[in-house]
Amino acid sequence: MKKLINDPADVVSDALRGMAAAHPELRVDHENRVVFRGDAPVQGKVGLVSGGGSGHEPMHGGFVGPGMLDAACAGEVFTSPVPDQMVAATKGVDGGAGVLHIVKNYTGDVLNFEMAAEMVAAESGTEVVSVVTDDDVAVQDSLYTAGRRGVGVTVLLEKIVGAAAEQGRPLSGVADLARKVNAQGRSMGMALTSCTVPAAGRPTFDLSDDEMEIGVGIHGEPGRRRVPLAPAREIAEMLLEPVLGDLDFTGSDGALVFVNGLGGTPLLELYLLFADVTAVLEKAGVRIARSLVGSYMTSLDMAGCSVTLLKVDDDLVRLWDAPVRTPGLRWGT
Amino acid sequence: MADGVDVQALTAWVREFDRLVAEHEGELTGLDAAIGDADHGANMHRGLTAAVAALAGTPPADPAALLKQVGMTLISKVGGASGPLYGTLFLRMAGAVGTDEVDAATYARALRAGLDGVLARGKAEPGDKTMVDALGPACDALDQEMAAGGSLAEALRRAATAARQGRDATVPMLARKGRASYLGERSIGHQDPGATTTALLLDAAVTTLGGEG
Repeated sequence: MKKLINDPADVVSDALRGMAAAHPELRVDHENRVVFRGDAPVQGKVGLVSGGGSGHEPMHGGFVGPGMLDAACAGEVFTSPVPDQMVAATKGVDGGAGVLHIVKNYTGDVLNFEMAAEMVAAESGTEVVSVVTDDDVAVQDSLYTAGRRGVGVTVLLEKIVGAAAEQGRPLSGVADLARKVNAQGRSMGMALTSCTVPAAGRPTFDLSDDEMEIGVGIHGEPGRRRVPLAPAREIAEMLLEPVLGDLDFTGSDGALVFVNGLGGTPLLELYLLFADVTAVLEKAGVRIARSLVGSYMTSLDMAGCSVTLLKVDDDLVRLWDAPVRTPGLRWGT
Repeated sequence: MADGVDVQALTAWVREFDRLVAEHEGELTGLDAAIGDADHGANMHRGLTAAVAALAGTPPADPAALLKQVGMTLISKVGGASGPLYGTLFLRMAGAVGTDEVDAATYARALRAGLDGVLARGKAEPGDKTMVDALGPACDALDQEMAAGGSLAEALRRAATAARQGRDATVPMLARKGRASYLGERSIGHQDPGATTTALLLDAAVTTLGGEG
């Protein structure tokens, strides 16, 4: 294992120290491992809290700031944060308009956020609503699984819902919008290599030089199938086929198309893939309303990508275009 | 000790559980690597060590306070799914015992309350390849032995045996909860790490609560 670390046990706290130093506009609670907007709580605004295991940067800490999250809880690498962190985050962003918890659908994240919401309800009058993202079409959504995983849509949701909260929409409206975004988005990912968890010191799974894993999760969970390595244009088809098969994206307003790198793939290849994705979508009759290309939800050093489609309307596009000022996403004024 | 459990005995139970988990950490992590994300052993070890340290730092006054303190520490320190599940187990047990010494029937009721809490929190059912598959049979064995008028020591021995059998029975099961469920058919043939830890919890009870320590 070759990594820029001091001690595998200190990776998360060391990185948070760096984040605090690089972004004085944020406030980092090192004891609870929570990244706050510097001006939190914002009075009268719905507070947005997310969090999850570390190793997916810039998600979630890199999405804290005006127009997006108010706080993000950082767990150990690939391990859910604990309720104490979420309680501290929730209290710290409560500006009197309630707090929305944005939770990716993994058993640990769901259970810990659930307990945190109960603890907050028992301790204070803060109103908390939770929305769970589950957009990964690689997983069969049935009574017999933990359900679809929350992946790429989470990034888009945090941006869109963050803009709505910034506009002063009430908690119920913000929560409904979050559910709508989740319901209208679908994702599928693939890996060219495994990731290496610092504490483990070796790759999570073996993938030979001529193979790739289709439908992989963001923690190195196995995918749908392992197949021979193929050209990017075939990979674009393989990823989009189950996404397009799951939801109709051919509406007149079109789709927000998000090609995401998993941490070890250069932007050059992501743009190359985006071109191939565009060709597939054109053939399928899907209009591209907006696009995002880059590594925003990573899996440590895994090489590979995911493709997310989000069906949009005027409201969603306006919220997407609204200003955002975070370490990971920044545009507008 | 034969018919009651006090704060000292419960402290010994938690310490022994911590010791067994530490001893088996590599095995638990290995089981989790096969069908999960290879952190169950490390997470449980971190949480239990913190729970034992907290018990030594501020010894609780009574059984209910002790079980509550252990539950809260596990929730705060373990993370993942195991933190809320084991934390809930101890919190519900705390709610089912009083401030007096815990007699055998109360202990059995408390463990059952813990199981109900785990079921409510995790929404798993028997046969889903989870800790419920070890804890459920243990509660049943405990109740049966108590109903037959057996001692707590004998009941705990039966419960531990049932938990180990339940753990072994998870091997051919198809995982329907947690990260292992993403594997579908490929989860078959692997022993569930959560059920393995629960079997250790009952093993620890035999030597510390059953008067055999």
